[in-house]
Amino acid sequence: MTATVEAPPATKRRRGPARRTLTPWMMLAPGIVLFTLFMAAPILYTLVLSFQKEVVRGLGLGSGAKSRTFAGLENYVATLTDPEFLASVGRVLVYGLILVPTMLGLALLFALLLDARRTGAKGFSRVSIFLPYAVPAVISSLLWGFLYLPAVSPFYWIFEQLGWDDVPSLLSPGLVIFAIANIGLWGGVGFNMIVMYTSLKAVPTEIYEAARIDGASEVQIAWRIKVPIIMPALIMTALFSMIATLQVFAEPMTLRPLTNSLSTTWSPLMYVYRDAFTRDDIYSAAATSVIIAVATFAVSFFFLRVVQRRAFGQED
Amino acid sequence: MRAAFRTGAIAAVAAAALIMTGCSADGGSEGTADDPIELTYWAWAPKLDKVVDIWNDAHPEIQVTVNKQDGGDPAITKLLTAIKAGSGAPDLIQAEYQKIPTLVSSDALADLAGTSAADVSGEFPEGVWDSVTLGGDALYAIPQDTGPMMFYYRDDIFTQLGLTVPTTWDEYAETARALHTADPSKYLGTFSSNDAGWFAGLSQQAKAEWWSIDGDAWGVGIDEAPTQQVAEYWGGLVAEGVIDNKPMYTPEWNAALNDGTQAGWLGAVWGPGVLSGNAADTAGLWKAAPLPNWGTDVSNGNWGGSSTAVTSQSKNVDAAVEFATWLNTDPEAVQALVTETGIYPASTDAAASALTEAPEFFSNQPDFYDVAAEAAQAVAPFQYGPNVNVAFSAYNDEFAKAAEAKTVDAFLAAVAAMQTITVDDLESSGFTVAK
Repeated sequence: MTATVEAPPATKRRRGPARRTLTPWMMLAPGIVLFTLFMAAPILYTLVLSFQKEVVRGLGLGSGAKSRTFAGLENYVATLTDPEFLASVGRVLVYGLILVPTMLGLALLFALLLDARRTGAKGFSRVSIFLPYAVPAVISSLLWGFLYLPAVSPFYWIFEQLGWDDVPSLLSPGLVIFAIANIGLWGGVGFNMIVMYTSLKAVPTEIYEAARIDGASEVQIAWRIKVPIIMPALIMTALFSMIATLQVFAEPMTLRPLTNSLSTTWSPLMYVYRDAFTRDDIYSAAATSVIIAVATFAVSFFFLRVVQRRAFGQED
Repeated sequence: MRAAFRTGAIAAVAAAALIMTGCSADGGSEGTADDPIELTYWAWAPKLDKVVDIWNDAHPEIQVTVNKQDGGDPAITKLLTAIKAGSGAPDLIQAEYQKIPTLVSSDALADLAGTSAADVSGEFPEGVWDSVTLGGDALYAIPQDTGPMMFYYRDDIFTQLGLTVPTTWDEYAETARALHTADPSKYLGTFSSNDAGWFAGLSQQAKAEWWSIDGDAWGVGIDEAPTQQVAEYWGGLVAEGVIDNKPMYTPEWNAALNDGTQAGWLGAVWGPGVLSGNAADTAGLWKAAPLPNWGTDVSNGNWGGSSTAVTSQSKNVDAAVEFATWLNTDPEAVQALVTETGIYPASTDAAASALTEAPEFFSNQPDFYDVAAEAAQAVAPFQYGPNVNVAFSAYNDEFAKAAEAKTVDAFLAAVAAMQTITVDDLESSGFTVAK
């Protein structure tokens, strides 16, 4: 930045090239400053931290007992060889396999239903499906947590009245992943539905009319015309959902105190949180964050490469 | 022109000299009503500012401002950040006992051994004083409140089922069985994998030494006889099914306290606040008793409690010590702490004079604070180490698995895992660990 500012020769002519090059920079400046301060600098600092560690001598009491040293790749190796971390990645992959297809499937179904000609009460349905998205994840997890606990849940009261005594708790070890996926589903369907619905609305209606004249049914129109046309929106929502899945944090974090089934390292981000705030080890936490960021980037890139060829292949 | 310049220069030098003496006088802590010493105090105890107001009215030369914090953990995280940054820390902080070694190892606390704070050691029980000195010559904080553990039970249910109040752990197990047999929906308590401080208190009662200082090295003794005994006992009760295995402090637990499903609770002296908040409908139905004992040996553990520490960034250590000493030992201050914040004071004499009437929730038990005083006196010494946070989060994870597995072996395995995780963490940080 500084190099460019001093590059133009001192202003000899008022309307010279100096002014012409300076103006765009001045207009860009707020963006550049904000980006540097709040994106680039923290990322750089995280990278710096991830290659360091704190070393204590002896009892570690009193001043000067702790010092910061260069750790090389130690933090990275520690994270990548920790079975706890690998297990948390495994859990999140299973979670994603449960959540993403269900969520996108439901979102697409709702979007198509809302777009269908004969559907009534569209405004109301749209708002009520979208509304859960406006509820913060922590709040929705608390609400669902109440509904999952057999002793306070109205659902379990109903089960009891029906004489079903052995309904297992969704918070038991084998089922807790569904409990979390359900919260993600409840909050996520609405947003994805709106994205798909908006892109359906952008489709010119002449195409549907033409299809109808050719004798296509509503289902055929939906499956053969609407879905292929909104494929870019489907891919975008899929990508966003996958990234959100890798970063699942608020739901398991809020449910954890309610049950024995969730560990403090259930998801990779919880693992980072535990290192940074429970163990006061920001260096390991920084290294793990970098690993998660790189992995997220790689997954997104790979996914886009694969689907782009499939989805837009014929356009090239 | 020249003369004017010279006078100006002299005035400037004189002013600079004045400013400099002013600065150096600061360390000696002589505030005046016109130019008071300003102290900041990070604390999370409710309504603590009301107690501090009493001090501020009486001491115009030292003015204390309370900065309300979200709780024990966030306040410490914030302090550690300020210490790393080199500025931004308050003069005083409310620190839980188990946080002190962590704070000391980050050089966050001032050593008060050379100040007037050292003179008040006689006011506190020995076990409590040990946790602010870490058993050495230094002094890192002044004790504020403690949490001697107590056994709370539903008197009405006990009378109805003809149960007697257990005084030993064997009797407790018998009572738990009798209660659960009489009404299979009811439990005498629950084993909570969420509350590491609770389990630490139970281990403390059994004379466990989770951490110890051995010359220039830390000793870790979690996986040893006392804690194993406690884990085996609870693992047995959970395996038998007579004690519940769900965490405390959940909506489910609150409901269970309210409807009598949980007919007992191993809590601490601050229990009335929890019970009145979570099970308001049961006022007057509970009674408190000393924690059951292992055989005839009367002993107890602490769950919770905090101290007032002076940070290493404070420029007015003497003034801060003066305030902290007043806050925790002066009869008027302690009385205000009890009425305003509802704590159980660490200072033995002040507690005795301040706590005369039983809490409202326990109006059916006029001798509540006599039982509490007895419980406080029996507390065994216990030393915390520099990575309590690691051991406690290991407790959460390992005992969650054990409570779900419901076997004695799983409970013992959890203790062993806590030991391994705690020692590994100390070693990888570079602490010397005694073998």
